[in-house]
Formats: sequence, C-alpha cells, structure tokens
Amino acid sequence: MYEFQINKCLTFVYYKTTNMNEEFEKQFAELQKKVGKIEKGTKDQLTMVVFSGDLDKQIAAMIISTGAAAFDMKVKLFFTFWATAALRDPKKKVGGKNFLGKMFGMMLPKGARKLKLSKMHMMGMGSAMIRGLMKKKKVASLPEMFKTAGELGVEINVCEMSMDLMGFKPEELIDYPHMKICGVATFLADAAESKVQLFI
Amino acid sequence: MTTEELKALTANQTVDARGTACPGPLLAAKKAIGEIESGEIMEILSSDEGTKHDIPKWCEKMEHEFLGIVEEDSYSRLFLRKA
Repeated sequence: MYEFQINKCLTFVYYKTTNMNEEFEKQFAELQKKVGKIEKGTKDQLTMVVFSGDLDKQIAAMIISTGAAAFDMKVKLFFTFWATAALRDPKKKVGGKNFLGKMFGMMLPKGARKLKLSKMHMMGMGSAMIRGLMKKKKVASLPEMFKTAGELGVEINVCEMSMDLMGFKPEELIDYPHMKICGVATFLADAAESKVQLFI
Repeated sequence: MTTEELKALTANQTVDARGTACPGPLLAAKKAIGEIESGEIMEILSSDEGTKHDIPKWCEKMEHEFLGIVEEDSYSRLFLRKA
C-alpha cells in the first residue's frame, strides 16, 4: 500500500515536470529504480528455517505456516539439519546406503510420528502424553498439519547438504505436493524478499 | 452491530469449528470463505477462546468486514461479511 502511494506520487510529479531539465529526469529514473527495489523486497511472504527436529518446535513451525497461509501469505519453509528427519516416510525403504548413512538412518527418527519433545521426553512417556493430549484437545497432529500445509500451497524446500550429510535420499521423503531439494541460495533469495523471516 | 442485529442475520455460510483448537477455526474459515461471494455473510462457530481475537485480525488483513460476536453457552458465533 505504502509503495503504491509512493509510485502514484512519483507519477504525478513526473507529469508535472516533464518540461524540466534532463538532470531532473535522471534523478527521477534513479528514484524509480529504488522504489522498484523496495517493492520487490517486501512481498507478503513468510520464509522460515526449520532446523529443529523436536516435536514441539515442528508443531510451532507448522501452526505458524498454516496460519500464515490462511492469511494469504506465500509461505516458504527451508528444512535443514535435524528437521529433515521429520520428512521421512516410514513406509518407504531405500537401499544403497553406506555404513554411516545406515547408522544415521537408524538413529534418527523415521518421520513426524517418531519425533521427540525438546523437554520432558522422559524416555518416550512425555512425547506420547503430548500426542494423546493433542488428540483430546483436537489439535491437529503433525502429519495432519503437513497435509493441510500441502493443500494450502506451503512450499517445503529441503536442504540438499543436510540430506547428503545424514545419508537421506529424496526417495524416502513423504509425498508432498510442493517440495524440492535445494541449497542455501534458494533460502537467501526467498528470505530477502519476504516481510517475515523466522528460524525455528 | 448489536447482539440483536447479529442474531437476526442469516448467514450464507456457517462454519462449525467447535471443538477444534488453534489454528483449526482459522483454517476452516479460510477454506469456507472461498465458497461464498463478495458481500455475503459467513458465520463461524468456535469454542476456542483465541478465535475471538484471531478472526477479527484475519478480517483486517483480508479486508473482510468483521461484524461481531454472539456469545452462546459453550461457544461463540463470529460474523463477517466477505470483501
């Protein structure tokens, strides 16, 4: 809205002064270029780094994402490090992993249903309890939130480097309509033009 | 709008989000608003306390006109007019 007003104002000024000297026109062109940059830098968009593989933090990330999508914001999530484990599909099996890849695969949670709480996990009791409570209070489960996010057009970009490091293969990830494997440049380009940037 | 005026309204669309927690009612509202025309009225039923603050904020952002809240025993009825 603000940028629109500036633009309108500039156009007005432009028509009023077309007969003025060249120097002015040059300055005007420069200013217009700057306004263009501002407009580009403030998309109604949320970019979020999802770093944590903790159940509670992932829930927060997905509630914010789906909420933002309901606000008609474009949402782009960048899943990196421990968070990538949440995107694994327990039903999919892939072969051809090296020893370390197999070890990581075994030790890290296989999918959103296996994530642990960041606090009070208590050997699984705490996490099971929170899942039970969420069901009772009718808070959507994490896999349900992923499904909703997909329907709302939330984009999930998965960090290529993390996948490689942990030996995850693209074929073992969940079926999500807007998912791609990419690098930090994608995140930076998206974040630079977003109004809201978060790290969880 | 006064409570009486709100009660007299006939909504073109009613979304029953009772029982669901945040962000359930918001997502339900977002889904349902696409099914009505501009100028039509939507009613959201919610038992989640936060919804009473969230839906007016959502309306502000989406430029829908928030009409008001009618309190029932165990839930609230929120009315809005689609932009």
